[in-house]
Amino acid sequence: MDNNRILEMRGINKSFPGVKALQNVDFTLNKGEIHALMGENGAGKSTLIKVLTGVYSKDSGTINLGDKNNVSIRSPQSAQNLGISTVYQEITLCPNLTVAENIYIGRGSSQITNWKKMNTDADKLLQKLDIPARATQQLASCSIAVQQMVAIARAVDMDCKVLILDEPTSSLDEQEVEKLFGLMRDLKALGVGIIFVTHFLDQVYEVCDKITVLRDGQFVGEYEIKDLPRVKLVATMLGKEMDDLSDIKGEQGTYSGENKDERVFEAKELQSDAGIKPFDFYIKKGEVNGFTGLLGSGRSECVRAIFGADRVLKGKVKMHGKEVKISKPLDAMKNGIAYLPEDRKVDGIIGDLSVRDNIIMALQVLKGFFRPFSKKQAEAFADEYIKKLNIKTASSDTPIKSLSGGNQQKVILARWLLMHPEYLILDEPTRGIDVGTKVDIQKLVLELASEGMSVTFISSETDEMLRTCSRLVVMRDRKVVGELTGDDLTQSKIMSTIAGGE
Amino acid sequence: MGKSMIKKITGHQMFIPIMALLLLAVVNLIVDPGFFKVTLGTNNSGDPVLSGSLITILDYGSELAILAIGMTLVTAASGGQDISVGATIAIAGSAMLRVLCGTNTRPETIQAPIIVAFLVACVVGMLCGAFNGALVSIFKIQPMIATLILFTAGRSIAAWINNNELPIVPDPKFKYFGGFIPGIPIPTTVFIVIACIIVIVLVLKFTNLGLYTQAVGINESSSKLNGINPTFIKFLTFVILGLCVAVAALIKVSRISTINYSVIAKDIEMDAILAVALGGNALSGGKFNMWSSILGAYVIQFLTTTLYKFNVQSDALSAYKAVVVILLVIFSAPAVRTYFSGLFAKISASGKGRKEAAK
Amino acid sequence: MSKKKLIKGNLFNRMSDTNLLLIITVVIFFLMYIGAIIFQGGGFTKPQMLFNILNSNAALIITACGMSIVMISGGIDISVGGVVALVSMSCAVYLDFHNGSIIGSFLIALAIGLAYGIVQGLLVAYLDIQPFIVSLAGMFFARGMTTIINTKPFNVENNQAFLNLKQTRITVPGMGSYNRKGIYVPAYIEIGVVVALVLVIILFLVLRYTKLGRSFYAVGGNKQSALMLGINVKRTKFFSHLICSTLAGIGGYVYFLHVGSGSASHAMGMEMNAIASSIIGGTMLSGGVGNIIGTLFGVLSLSTIQNIVSSAGLDQAWWTGITIAAMLCIFLLIQSVVMRQRKRALKS
Repeated sequence: MDNNRILEMRGINKSFPGVKALQNVDFTLNKGEIHALMGENGAGKSTLIKVLTGVYSKDSGTINLGDKNNVSIRSPQSAQNLGISTVYQEITLCPNLTVAENIYIGRGSSQITNWKKMNTDADKLLQKLDIPARATQQLASCSIAVQQMVAIARAVDMDCKVLILDEPTSSLDEQEVEKLFGLMRDLKALGVGIIFVTHFLDQVYEVCDKITVLRDGQFVGEYEIKDLPRVKLVATMLGKEMDDLSDIKGEQGTYSGENKDERVFEAKELQSDAGIKPFDFYIKKGEVNGFTGLLGSGRSECVRAIFGADRVLKGKVKMHGKEVKISKPLDAMKNGIAYLPEDRKVDGIIGDLSVRDNIIMALQVLKGFFRPFSKKQAEAFADEYIKKLNIKTASSDTPIKSLSGGNQQKVILARWLLMHPEYLILDEPTRGIDVGTKVDIQKLVLELASEGMSVTFISSETDEMLRTCSRLVVMRDRKVVGELTGDDLTQSKIMSTIAGGE
Repeated sequence: MGKSMIKKITGHQMFIPIMALLLLAVVNLIVDPGFFKVTLGTNNSGDPVLSGSLITILDYGSELAILAIGMTLVTAASGGQDISVGATIAIAGSAMLRVLCGTNTRPETIQAPIIVAFLVACVVGMLCGAFNGALVSIFKIQPMIATLILFTAGRSIAAWINNNELPIVPDPKFKYFGGFIPGIPIPTTVFIVIACIIVIVLVLKFTNLGLYTQAVGINESSSKLNGINPTFIKFLTFVILGLCVAVAALIKVSRISTINYSVIAKDIEMDAILAVALGGNALSGGKFNMWSSILGAYVIQFLTTTLYKFNVQSDALSAYKAVVVILLVIFSAPAVRTYFSGLFAKISASGKGRKEAAK
Repeated sequence: MSKKKLIKGNLFNRMSDTNLLLIITVVIFFLMYIGAIIFQGGGFTKPQMLFNILNSNAALIITACGMSIVMISGGIDISVGGVVALVSMSCAVYLDFHNGSIIGSFLIALAIGLAYGIVQGLLVAYLDIQPFIVSLAGMFFARGMTTIINTKPFNVENNQAFLNLKQTRITVPGMGSYNRKGIYVPAYIEIGVVVALVLVIILFLVLRYTKLGRSFYAVGGNKQSALMLGINVKRTKFFSHLICSTLAGIGGYVYFLHVGSGSASHAMGMEMNAIASSIIGGTMLSGGVGNIIGTLFGVLSLSTIQNIVSSAGLDQAWWTGITIAAMLCIFLLIQSVVMRQRKRALKS
């Protein structure tokens, strides 16, 4: 028996009605190791994590924790007691409680809350981890990033042996990610084993020691980080050799039709109530441009203002040079603007409705309340786009919520493409979806543009934007601070513009 | 294959209300087969009327079925229920009487045509709905709490409209709506329900009301980004329910030609909500099945009539109803359902095992 | 990013939702009471007026507290009025027809409450049935059972021990006043008030300082998160219903002690008054926010406004209903507007 081993999962099986989510999966974690768990969406990462944390019970297989063999983990609480702590992508704290309570609730056997001690302890912990929050503050009054860090503080304080970080970085900006990595390294030095789930490849190579790859619910392999270069990792995840991820721009021609230089959309001094400074913006026919900046810099708020998703306070908006009024999403849609929102779950899918209803939704609303599509027509639309975008679904009648993240995103994309917009806004269309779908979407964007559609593309991954956009609007602190085109489109130039102070 | 078929049937939304209906029918059949007898007789004024328990159910389930239509929409869009329907029936009914009788509580003739009174009741019902709807959609107050306001005040307002008097409508024609039209043996209420169902079916077919309410109920913010105005849709469902309330009020008031503010349509909100729930619609909103709700309404009336048949006092009725309701919800609870399907699977698996062993 | 920038500065935003709504409630109650003294004068200046409000609302305070706990943990219980009626009737029959003992009758009340709590709690927490439906059936059942036990309302007249207990008054020293003839009338409260106030204090402490109490808030705030935080959500929900129904049982006994009779129409609509009091006291139906002290003030506000209305000469039956409704409406609007303001302030 290896003394260094703190977690051993052997032959884990778990199935849901109709799906084998995990088949004979193995996973091993050593003391003081940061271990990346990689795989496409639907590969079984989340299921494995949930089995480990007691949210799901496994169908078969064994879990050994340290020297305890074949432990049974029946609930999140029993996982906690065994020294397994988890920080999830979505905040799993209670917004109505104080920061201190969120750190300490549900732990320990004491039936009485000692507020004074709890608050001082919490303040000490927050200070130690350099988290900008007060113990007595209501959690809801903290920013999402701070909430995420409070969740990590809780996990850290629980004296855990195994720390699971399930996509903790997707709502953090770069500095905060750095801080988190610092924290992870400290914990590693203390001998904590960390399981790190993320979609950001850079981050894997920055902090991890080992990688375990899952595919289609099966264990593919465990690798030392140095033995598995990026391209190979992607290939392993996809189960095929990737020709090349980096250059897809060259494959598609750019739009060269008529009215090439016409400004399809133009905004002057646009401002919404979401707290962004007034900004100017335009997009030409067949152009792909993007908003870039750190998380919280106001990228999403800008496009939301364009679409009328937030309350527009002031500004002039022109389509094809003619002034129009866009005060609500329907106005924008009538003008041929489509918007794929940042948060798929909250703003995108309508979970219980079928794939078909989700696809026709936007066009249906545009057509009007009193003119519903016939069932046949709706069916035809749905089938067309399921085929076109290669959406993996049992039928067009399946509720969208039972699809995987990438396929849900494709359905939402289909919804807007069906509208045949002149101007398509994609806000983080590739977040939280697998690499294969990411490339599909990028290719699609360029293809649409070459056919004359104007596209605004927003992504947290700069290289993705460099690959697709021909012009980037750079934002900092809710203000547009620069615009990059041509030769200026490089990582370093973007970074320096975002950082400012030239 | 047989298994998936069974699953399809038991999983269908109509399964629970149909099973409940069958169960009630069987119980009645065993206890008293006469329950299902429908006879053609004559009433006091010598007109032919159908009578029998089934007719009673169809007749007295009408208000509930009509309310269930509106309640289903409200539930779907707002994820909450309107508990003020009983009280607003009192308001709308009171307004109707005020128009019909004027200030005189015992008029010789009606003071305004019935249709005018009905239209006034519709406006009043829709105004009440609009009040609830505004609180829910604009001020974002949970439906049950927002409608608590009219629930508390409604019967008082109804009494206030007629200065706490109980006017009696002198025109016998007014009785037709809750009784029988001379020469037609089927209760008028049945026709009213059919008319309401036709209207709602047409509305659902020729507008996007169904799609929009479900979308708003499932994901409001997403609906908004698709160009739907969730505030308006929620508001609209409450106004529609207000209209249903007015129709139900017409039937209720017509049955007795007068009103009793504290008793009229008492507890009907509970029955209407139960109808929606019994129909397998999630009370937390989202997807709905209109037919299922309407069927649910008649199941509840069936239950009430059955209990009366068993000589249960009207005051004690609720205790028995409660037991039945609890049994129904327990059996439709997902936790219990999975337990039973697991049990079935085990039984059939062990059966198979035995067969194989025998081979 | 500097530390100060992240911590939103002003007091309005820093206060927790619970405290903010509590303060609004308490301030409004005092303003209302002062207004009543100024405009109505007379009765409202005497402490006995306040005590009378307490005397006639002790049962409501107790049931409203239970309601608040269920609402804080994200549920609702509309069976409390029915339970109160059922308890009154059971105790009345036991004491009057069977000449039972005081202790026995109280145990009956407690048993009914506990039984209700266990059944409803099991159904809601472990079978995941909507609390509204469960307690709706519970209400139907209680009302029906009350009539089945005894159809006609009646007063307890044959049990001297009970009548003595019912007549017991506790004098509050120094709070009395002189009547028109100049005779000193001591101020008094009933036993029920003492019970209610003791329960309020206990429940306040439970909610603030115990693990269970904090779990109510956590579960009401976000069920999924609470589960992930290692809280036993099912058990917490179960206990919220158990406590609520038990309190309804005790409240039923206090009610019975006040009226001394059994009737199927007792406590009609009490569940709505309890919900209204909780909301006026700053409990949010969406769960996670609320305070027992607020609930106490909610009950007091509700009955103060009723007193003002009736002493203003608007004592026709309908005015009471309309006033409560109007008051509920105002408080709901205040809650809605305040919360929205806060959200907006935090966003920018």
